[in-house]
Amino acid sequence: MRQEIVKAAPAYTEFHPRWYRAPVSVYWWLGQWRYLKFILRELSSLFVASFVVITLLQVRALRNGPEAYSRFQHWLQSPWMIALNLVSFLFVVFHTITWFNLAPRAMPIWVRGKRLPEFLVAAPNYAIWLVASVVIAWFVLR
Amino acid sequence: MIMADKIILEVARYSPEQDTKPCFATYEVPVHKEWVVLDALNYIKDKVDGSLTYRWSCRMGICGSCGMMVNGEPKLTCATFLSSYAHNGNKIRVEPLRYFPVVRDLVTELSDFLVKLKKVKPWLIRKDTVPLSQGEFLQTPEQLDYYKQFSMCINCTLCYSACPVVGLDPKFVGPAAIALAQRYNLDSRDQGAVERIAVLAHPEGIWGCTFVGECTKVCPKHVDPAGAIQQYKLNAVLDWLTSFLMPRGHNSQDVKP
Repeated sequence: MRQEIVKAAPAYTEFHPRWYRAPVSVYWWLGQWRYLKFILRELSSLFVASFVVITLLQVRALRNGPEAYSRFQHWLQSPWMIALNLVSFLFVVFHTITWFNLAPRAMPIWVRGKRLPEFLVAAPNYAIWLVASVVIAWFVLR
Repeated sequence: MIMADKIILEVARYSPEQDTKPCFATYEVPVHKEWVVLDALNYIKDKVDGSLTYRWSCRMGICGSCGMMVNGEPKLTCATFLSSYAHNGNKIRVEPLRYFPVVRDLVTELSDFLVKLKKVKPWLIRKDTVPLSQGEFLQTPEQLDYYKQFSMCINCTLCYSACPVVGLDPKFVGPAAIALAQRYNLDSRDQGAVERIAVLAHPEGIWGCTFVGECTKVCPKHVDPAGAIQQYKLNAVLDWLTSFLMPRGHNSQDVKP
């Protein structure tokens, strides 16, 4: 009797002819903005990587002397590189904002038995971002 | 808001004996100010077509039975007012919860979820056996607050329908089960975190999650499964680091206050 009860316990069945299983479309993320936003957030990592590659190429050009560096600068000024950088910039901003907003969820901070409000966890991220941007802007634009 | 006195409900119908796939039936339902989608379904079943099949019980957001897709969004139909759809041409499309096999009409097959839930051992595990005579395990309000949010889950499975990972990888343990595992991991009375690691710190456990975050948005009890999963990820990485730096004497996933 005991054996029968165990056998009757529910278990995952790979195939059941009478159940209807809706197939998941390859384009499941296209219909609703919330899922498209997620895919764009994931895609933004490619543009973050492109910034890293450009920076590495810049360092290499810097090492190879002034001539190589001016060639690199000329390459950066080509219209398609400007376009790529502009698109990358927008994606990187999107990447940063979406991840900063998610940070408080992954890192609950408890102070004296109470959980800190989410904005107090996100705010320092934004503050550091702002300070870093101002410092870099000061170096580049002075 | 001006409300029409009728609303059109497009309801997914599937009869396993006759149909190869679901189709939609259209019903006209009178609108009352306080009516929710579940009231409209009950109206159809009582007055129009008694063969319409769906699950429901409490009508007050506690039992978690009446979850369905309402205009493409996972909702508890007992908490979804018809009046919220007045702007939508008074049309509401009701389907069974996405990513679950459909048994009939709006009824989904849940045994897979129940198997996954059991796998994460969502109950208090003690390594020691304390005799009853020693009394209860006391807990401070702070210790309760630490896991309380994750304990509010009613197993309605809306989060599974919101999660594309569940759809793409049916073996993914899923949001509610992981949140409930974390509920016990964070409980000061529990000593079972080590036993849950094998299922949780696994490609089909927490590492399957890509942090879409929709599970949290659709949760009617504000459980935040996405948060639970990311917190566990962070702990798992810290745990791995500590075990790497201090092979002896570290306490796996013991993150209680």
